[in-house]
Amino acid sequence: MLPYVGRRLIATIPVMAVVAIVVFMLLRLTTGDPAAIIAGDNATSQDVAAIRERLGLDRPLVEQFVIWLGRLLRGDFGESFFFKKQVSELILERVEPTLALATCTIVLTVALAIPLGILAAWRRGTWLDRIVMGFSVLGFSVPVFVIGYLLIYLFAIELAWLPVQGYQRLRDGLGGFVERLILPSVTLAVVFVALIARITRASVLEVLNADYVRTARAKGLSELPVMVRHVLRNAAVPIVTVIGVGIAVLIGGVVVTESVYSIPGLGRLTVDAVLARDYPTVQAVILVFSVVYVLINLLVDLSYTFLDPRIRY
Amino acid sequence: MSRLRSLAAVVVVALVVVVAAPAPTVAETTLRVVMHSDLKIVDPIWTTAYIVRNHGYMIYDTLFAMDAKGDIKPQMVDKYEVSKDQLTYTITLRDGLLWHDGKPVTTDDCVASIKRWAAKDSMGQKLMTFVKDIQIVNPKTFKIVLNEPTGLVLGALGKPSSNVPFMMPKRVAETDPNTQISDFTGSGPFVFRKDEWKPGDKAVYVKFDKYKPRPEPPSALAGGKVVKVDRVEWKWIPDHQTAMNALIAGEVDYLEAPPHDLLPIAKADANVKLVDVNPLGNQYTFRFNALARPFDNAKVRQAVFYTFNQEDFLKAVVGDPAYYKVCKSFFPCGSPLSSPKGMEGLLESNFEKSKALLKEANYDGTPIVLMHSTDLAVLTNLAPVAKSLLEKGGFKVDMISMDWQTLVARRAKKDAPMAGGWHAFLTSWVAADILNPVMMGFMNASCDKAMFGWPCDKEIESLRDQFARETNPAKQKAIAEAVQVRETQYPTHVPLGQWYLPSPVRKNVDGIIQAPVPVFWNVTKK
Repeated sequence: MLPYVGRRLIATIPVMAVVAIVVFMLLRLTTGDPAAIIAGDNATSQDVAAIRERLGLDRPLVEQFVIWLGRLLRGDFGESFFFKKQVSELILERVEPTLALATCTIVLTVALAIPLGILAAWRRGTWLDRIVMGFSVLGFSVPVFVIGYLLIYLFAIELAWLPVQGYQRLRDGLGGFVERLILPSVTLAVVFVALIARITRASVLEVLNADYVRTARAKGLSELPVMVRHVLRNAAVPIVTVIGVGIAVLIGGVVVTESVYSIPGLGRLTVDAVLARDYPTVQAVILVFSVVYVLINLLVDLSYTFLDPRIRY
Repeated sequence: MSRLRSLAAVVVVALVVVVAAPAPTVAETTLRVVMHSDLKIVDPIWTTAYIVRNHGYMIYDTLFAMDAKGDIKPQMVDKYEVSKDQLTYTITLRDGLLWHDGKPVTTDDCVASIKRWAAKDSMGQKLMTFVKDIQIVNPKTFKIVLNEPTGLVLGALGKPSSNVPFMMPKRVAETDPNTQISDFTGSGPFVFRKDEWKPGDKAVYVKFDKYKPRPEPPSALAGGKVVKVDRVEWKWIPDHQTAMNALIAGEVDYLEAPPHDLLPIAKADANVKLVDVNPLGNQYTFRFNALARPFDNAKVRQAVFYTFNQEDFLKAVVGDPAYYKVCKSFFPCGSPLSSPKGMEGLLESNFEKSKALLKEANYDGTPIVLMHSTDLAVLTNLAPVAKSLLEKGGFKVDMISMDWQTLVARRAKKDAPMAGGWHAFLTSWVAADILNPVMMGFMNASCDKAMFGWPCDKEIESLRDQFARETNPAKQKAIAEAVQVRETQYPTHVPLGQWYLPSPVRKNVDGIIQAPVPVFWNVTKK
C-alpha cells in the first residue's frame, strides 16, 4: 500500500501546479483593483498608482507569477495586501473555527444520518421510512441561511438558551466553545444528514436483498447482528465515499453558516479576501483547500481496503 | 477494566475542571459595537476608508477639531495666535499630552505628522501650497509660516473626515506616506490592543488612563474626550440580520449602520433605542465622466440636472421620509455653506427641458454606460432610478451591474465607456466630507489631477482658489455660492438629496455624542 500512497502523493504535485496557475490567472483576469480598494473612496488616481507600485501590481503578470511561485516553493504564502499579516498566520488563526465547526457537523451527521438511513431501509414503505425521506427532501430544499435564522429566532431570541453568534476558542473554555457551536453545527448538519441518510438507505436496501443476508437470517441470527455485521459493512463503501466528499465540501462550504453565525473561519476569510481582491490570501486559501481535498480523497480510497477486503492497491 | 475506569474518571475530572474554569478576566465595562465594516487596515493616512478614519479617532488625537456648530476648536492645542498680517500661526500644545508609551507629545511629532498627512490628503496638499515653512520653536510651540494669507489653516488641521490630520509619534510619522505603518502608538483616549486584534472578528481598544481630556464638555469631535468605559470592542458581524439579532439578544450594545429596512425591528424592541448619531447625514451623488462623449459636453450634463428629481432616489433607497431630506444644494443642508442659489428650476424632472437641451447639444443617442453597484444596500436602488429618469429625459442608457469593488476599479479607467470605461455612477458622501468647495472632492475640476470623472474647468478652480485664500466667513459663503452657480453650468456631479441613518443602541448605553464620525468617549454603559 505504501508505494500506492507515495504514487498518489506525487500525483498531487501536478494537480497543485495546475491549481496554482489557474488561481493566479483567474484572479488577475477578474475585474477589480486591490490598490483602489485599499486607497479608499476619496483617494486620487496618484494615490492608487502609488499603492499599486508598492504592492508590485504594476509589474508584468509573468514577473508577478514567478515571484509568487518562488516564495511558495520556499513555503512562504506572502503577506496579505490588507491585513499587514503573513497569509500563513491569517490561515492558522482561521483554521480552528472551521475545523471545529466541520468536526462537530460531521460527528452530528454520522450519528444521526446512518441510524436514520438504516431505520428507513429496514422499515421500508412504512410511516417511519416516509418521515425520514420527507425530512431528507426538506433538508435538501431549505436553504442553509433560512434554517440558521429560524434556529436563531427560536433558540437564541425566543428561548434565549444559546448565543446568537460568535465563536469562542477551546482554550478560553469548553462551555462557551460548545455553546457557540451547537446552532451552527445543527444548521450545517441538516443538509448532510438529509444526503447521507438517503445514501445509507439506498445502499442498505441494495444489500438487504442479497443472498448472504437471507442466509444469515436463515441461520437464525437476530436482526441487529444481521444489520451491523452483514448489511452495514457491505453497504459502507458508498456511504464512506459520500461522507468523504461531504467533509471536503464542508471545509470549503461553511461560508454561509460562518456568515450567519459570525464565525471567523476560513470560509469567511475566503469571501472577504475575494471581495477585497486580496490576491495572496485567496491564492493561499485555495491551495490549502486543494491539498485538503486531495488528502481526503486519498483517505477515502485507503479506507476502502479496510471496509472491503476485495479491494487492494 | 479498572484501568479504563481510572482513565474515564480522569477524563471526567479534566472536563469538569475545563468547564468550571473561570472565564478569562474581562474589564469591568465593555462596550461591544458592530461597525459598518471590518478593520483590516490600520493606517488612517495610507487609506481614506471610513472604518480606518474611525479607528484613528479612537487612538489618535488632533490639533484642532470640529464642534457641533461646525466651528474649528483647539483640541491638542492650548492656544494659537495669528499674526496681524495673517502669515504666521503660532501654535502651542497643551500640557500633559502623552503617547501611549508614556513619552511626552512634542512639536517634533506634530510637524512630522502634518507633513505625512499633507503628502496624502487633498486639502493638506492645498494647504501646503500656502505654507512657506513650519518652524519648531520649542517642544511645545511651533509656527506655520505662510507665503500668503489663507483661511485653510484651521479648517484643514481640524478636518473631521478622511484623511484626518491625526498626530503620531515622529518615528511613526516619518514612515513613507505610501507605506502602511506598523506601530500603533497614539495619544488619543483609547489604546489599540494589537494582540487582541483579529481581522474578520474584532478590534479591541482599552481606556488610556493617562489621557488628559480638555476641560470643556464634549461637542462633536471637539471638547473633553472623557472615556467612561474600560474597553470598547468592535465586533465584525457581516450579516446585518445577525447583527440585529445579537443586539436584541444583548450580545452587542450598538450597531453603527444597519440597513434602513431593519430599523423597524430595532424600534419594536423594548430594550433598544434609535440614536441620531450624525445629524448632518449623508448625500447621494451622481458622478459624470466629463471625458466621455456625450458627457464631455456640459449641456448634456445640464440636461441630467433637469431630468432628475431627488425624491425618487431617496424614496427608492431610504423609503421612510423620516430618514431623508430633499436638499437642493451642493453643500449639505444644515451646514454653513448650504444654499439654494443657482438651483432654481433644477432637479424637478422637467423631461421636456432635458430633451430640448439634448437636441441643442446634438446628442446622437450614444448609450450612457451607467455603473450599477449591487452589493451595498445603501446604493443598490439608485442606478435603476437614474436609468428610468434618464430614459424619460431622452437619454439611452446601458446599465451595467457589478459589485462595488469592481466599480471602484472601473471608475479609475479613462477607456472609452463601451471598452471598459464608464459614463456615470452613483455614490454617497458623508456630509462632513463635502462642507466646502476645497474639501468636496467631486468639485475638484483640475482635469487630470481631479478625481475620477476628470472635470476640467478653470472657473471652478479659480473660485476654489479664491475660497482657499479667503479668511472672512461671509465672503467664503459668497464664493461657495458662486461655485455652486458655476456647477450648474459646468456640472461635475449632481447632488441627489440627504439621508440619515440612526444607530440602534441598547437602552443601558448613554452619552453617545452626535458627530460626523462615530466616537466612543463620553459613552456610558450601565
